Amino acid sequence: MPIFELIFILVAALTLGAAFLVVTSKNLIHSALWLVVALFGVAIVFALLNAGFLAVVQVVIYIGAIAILMIFTIMLTRFITQSTGPRFNTNWIWALIISFLMFGGLIWIFNSWPGINTQLPPLPADFDPIRQLGIALVSPNAYVLPFELASVLLVAALIGAIIVAWERT
Amino acid sequence: MIPISWYLLFSAALFSIGLYGVLARKNAIAILMGIELMLNAVNVNLIAFWRYLSPEKIDGQAFAVIVFATAAAEVAVGLAIFISIYRRRHTVAADEIDLLKW
Repeated sequence: MPIFELIFILVAALTLGAAFLVVTSKNLIHSALWLVVALFGVAIVFALLNAGFLAVVQVVIYIGAIAILMIFTIMLTRFITQSTGPRFNTNWIWALIISFLMFGGLIWIFNSWPGINTQLPPLPADFDPIRQLGIALVSPNAYVLPFELASVLLVAALIGAIIVAWERT
Repeated sequence: MIPISWYLLFSAALFSIGLYGVLARKNAIAILMGIELMLNAVNVNLIAFWRYLSPEKIDGQAFAVIVFATAAAEVAVGLAIFISIYRRRHTVAADEIDLLKW
């Protein structure tokens, strides 16, 4: 079925191109808009991997909340960000070298892993990941503790963000 | 069909691009965007391993959900800090926020 390969290659190229523009754009607003494109590409990759729920969550949380929050912040700090001269710091060449080393190291690790050529297994007969995920997140012998900790973390982040950004007169 | 190596290659490239953004950009908000790209690469890896190695269990997706929640909390606090810094020092360039530097 070459159609999935074609979709994957197109989406991967779009996502990586958008990610590259995120880190290189001069205008920070353009960076944020390309970030939306990259996040959407990752959502399509999730959908290709039969994780439909996570694809929806990706669109709702990342694009709907995180990217919009970033655009708000850019607009609140805008005049300075456009006038601070070069967008890369003086060590950008070292950053490039470290990134390439990281990429090469990851590829090397993947190559030395024996299961690198694992083919796509068929879906199990009772494949219902949303139901399974819902049960796993609240069942005591699975992930209820990390789930509740994540809830507490979100509340703490919400209160902390309000306190930190509070304008004291 | 697509072998798992394609997804791993994709996520490695996405992670490296995000790492470059984190290390090289001056603007603190752009650094946060690089962190988002890196977290997304991690999620792609988690979901790819889940789908290819253990689609009958759900652990990979549960991990990815926790990563989502953590990323949202991190962005909220980070952006609040940047707004606060901008209000006091009128900059969000990472190399000009050097109060603790000696």
